[in-house]
Amino acid sequence: MKIVVCVKQVPDTTNIKVDPETGTLKRETAGTVMNPFDMYAIEEGLRLKEKLGGTVTVVSMGLPMAKDMLKIAIGMGADEAVLLSDRRLAGSDTWATSYALAKTCEKLGYDVILFGKQAVDGDTAQVGPSTAAYLNAPQITWVKKIREINEKEIIAERLMEDGTDVVKASLPVVLTVVKEINEPRLESLKGKMRAKKYEVPTWTLDDIAGDEAMVGVKNSPTRVNKSWTPVREFGKAELISGADAAETADKLYVKLKELGFVK
Amino acid sequence: MNYFLTDEEQMILETSRELAVKKVKPIREHYDAEGIFPWDIVKEMSNLGLCGLYIPEEYGGMAAGGSKGIMQLVLCVEEMSKICGGISLAMAASALGTFPILLGATDEQKKKYLPDIAEGKKLAAFGLTEAGAGSDAGSMRTTAVKKGGKYVLNGTKQWITNGSEAETYTVFAMTDKAKGTRGCSCFIVEKGTPGFTFGKKENKMGIRASATTELIFQDCEVPAENLVGGREGLGFIHAVGTLNHSRPGVAAQALGIAAGALDEALAYSRQREQFGTKISSFQAVQHILANMAVEVEAARGLVYNVARAVDKGATDFAKDSAMAKYYASEVAMRVTTNAVQVFGGYGYMKEYPVEKMMRDAKITQIYEGTSQIQLNEIAAKLIKEQAMKKK
Ligand SMILES: Cc1cc2nc3c(=O)[nH]c(=O)nc-3n(C[C@H](O)[C@H](O)[C@H](O)COP(=O)(O)OP(=O)(O)OC[C@H]3O[C@@H](n4cnc5c(N)ncnc54)[C@H](O)[C@@H]3O)c2cc1C
Repeated sequence: MKIVVCVKQVPDTTNIKVDPETGTLKRETAGTVMNPFDMYAIEEGLRLKEKLGGTVTVVSMGLPMAKDMLKIAIGMGADEAVLLSDRRLAGSDTWATSYALAKTCEKLGYDVILFGKQAVDGDTAQVGPSTAAYLNAPQITWVKKIREINEKEIIAERLMEDGTDVVKASLPVVLTVVKEINEPRLESLKGKMRAKKYEVPTWTLDDIAGDEAMVGVKNSPTRVNKSWTPVREFGKAELISGADAAETADKLYVKLKELGFVK
Repeated sequence: MNYFLTDEEQMILETSRELAVKKVKPIREHYDAEGIFPWDIVKEMSNLGLCGLYIPEEYGGMAAGGSKGIMQLVLCVEEMSKICGGISLAMAASALGTFPILLGATDEQKKKYLPDIAEGKKLAAFGLTEAGAGSDAGSMRTTAVKKGGKYVLNGTKQWITNGSEAETYTVFAMTDKAKGTRGCSCFIVEKGTPGFTFGKKENKMGIRASATTELIFQDCEVPAENLVGGREGLGFIHAVGTLNHSRPGVAAQALGIAAGALDEALAYSRQREQFGTKISSFQAVQHILANMAVEVEAARGLVYNVARAVDKGATDFAKDSAMAKYYASEVAMRVTTNAVQVFGGYGYMKEYPVEKMMRDAKITQIYEGTSQIQLNEIAAKLIKEQAMKKK
């Protein structure tokens, strides 16, 4: 089983600040981490390997400094890592990134491709599905459990707002996972030692036979018109209380009726 | 202070810290309150490769290049104990139970028992103390009588850490009472051997996530090939050698508990306000903190130096090992008591971690030789050393 996991380096959102003028993230103020959802994708990849055999390769498109993040994946137990890094890729939006990742997966070969459900910097949740579209492969998003999987097909549960979808798909397949799926392992001592020595190979657009006209800022259809921080409205909360639960409930009912929430 | 840790040592430290902070911290209060044995953490330690730090590579461990791996063990125990001195003990006491095998066993015995312990599949325990034989271990009454290809064990060991949880027990018994300590032998006894049962689990002041039980031997037949080293009469030598090797580990547990309490006290002092200002701005509080830090660092220097000396092949380190254990455990008690003081009334409450740290610290002054016994041994060595020089 060839398992590929796509991961992204993102600003450490526990520290990040937003520029109030432009509404964009002040990336320079934060350190970087692996996108938290991607840790779950790696863990699931490692579990699939433990169950079915095969290899786990972790891929990231990004700056050279993303190599350190890829070494975390090696420390956790991934077999190989690849960094896709090329100036021509700079400024790629989700569509262009998905193209580049799809080409990388094609070059690596794959039975299962795993993504986190979304990246916490852009929050689009588009790259997994778009990559599947480029590869013309079935996709199951928001996977919270893999019920069954073999060389031919998979049955997975999707975490929905109103319950669980159970979906069957043929392999090769693209999955995006939610954090309910597992608990990512820590890097083992042996893994850390291997990661320290491991040289992360860097691939360019040429290595994946990518078309320059498909990537980069010029070939990215996304246009950001405006981004802003929503104004917080203070002073609108009202605490409703009474002598006992019954009185509180009565007052609350009157208030809700007044506001038109109950008839 | 920079101790110039090697890359491997640094990785052991980071791996242990990550485990402690991410997995141990959220459960320590609950495990302490309920006395739950931390099998889940032992499993994690096994997955991470932290169970065989002091076991040679050829037996599946991580001690390489002729080193005994004591420094590696110390770093892991210290980091884990910063968060919980009770949970860290599952592996540390397993090391204690394994040392008689490492130091005295035949190659066959090592091959049979060490790999599973190194991998973390099995825990070990050390059975020396009895109700009537504590500091005076030589007065033990458990006996082992040879009968054909077997030894028959009778007697009861008391307060054995990892009791009933471990699979592999190194048990000391008298094979020839007339010879005194020279008539003591060590046996490897596996859990489940007929005639070997466990007494009650003790309800303790601290290290409550650790299991402490009696080991009861009633006509328990142990195969003769489980006599450690294959020769009778070496038990006491193995016990003393074991304690010399394991005391840096207890010292590291004490050091970790102290360092953890210092971290907590420092953070709290910078956040708690009284008289309109942070309590960390009061010189009286600052001096408590500074004293704690000096003592912790002094203990660390002692512990690391002994560990490194043992790893490099020092032979005469019994006194140094006793010094490290004595000093670090005294520091642990003082520092945790002071941490409670810095927290004031909050420190006395179970909602805050220093209350538990103070309870956990106390045991380090008692087991593997009380503080008084360490001082006895240090003094005896001092006197002997000078007497030798004069000749
Ligand atoms: C939680 C716990 C876990 C333990 N785990 C293990 C284990 O895994 N394996 C194991 O074999 N044992 C274990 N022990 C036993 C431990 O090692 C003994 O409790 C310890 O050696 C002290 O013996 P004692 O309790 O009988 O005290 P005693 O020997 O009765 O000592 C009582 C007091 O007298 C003092 N004293 C005794 N002799 C002298 C002397 N010659 N000079 C000056 N002062 C002296 C002591 O310092 C102490 O203050 C454990 C004990 C506890 C409490």
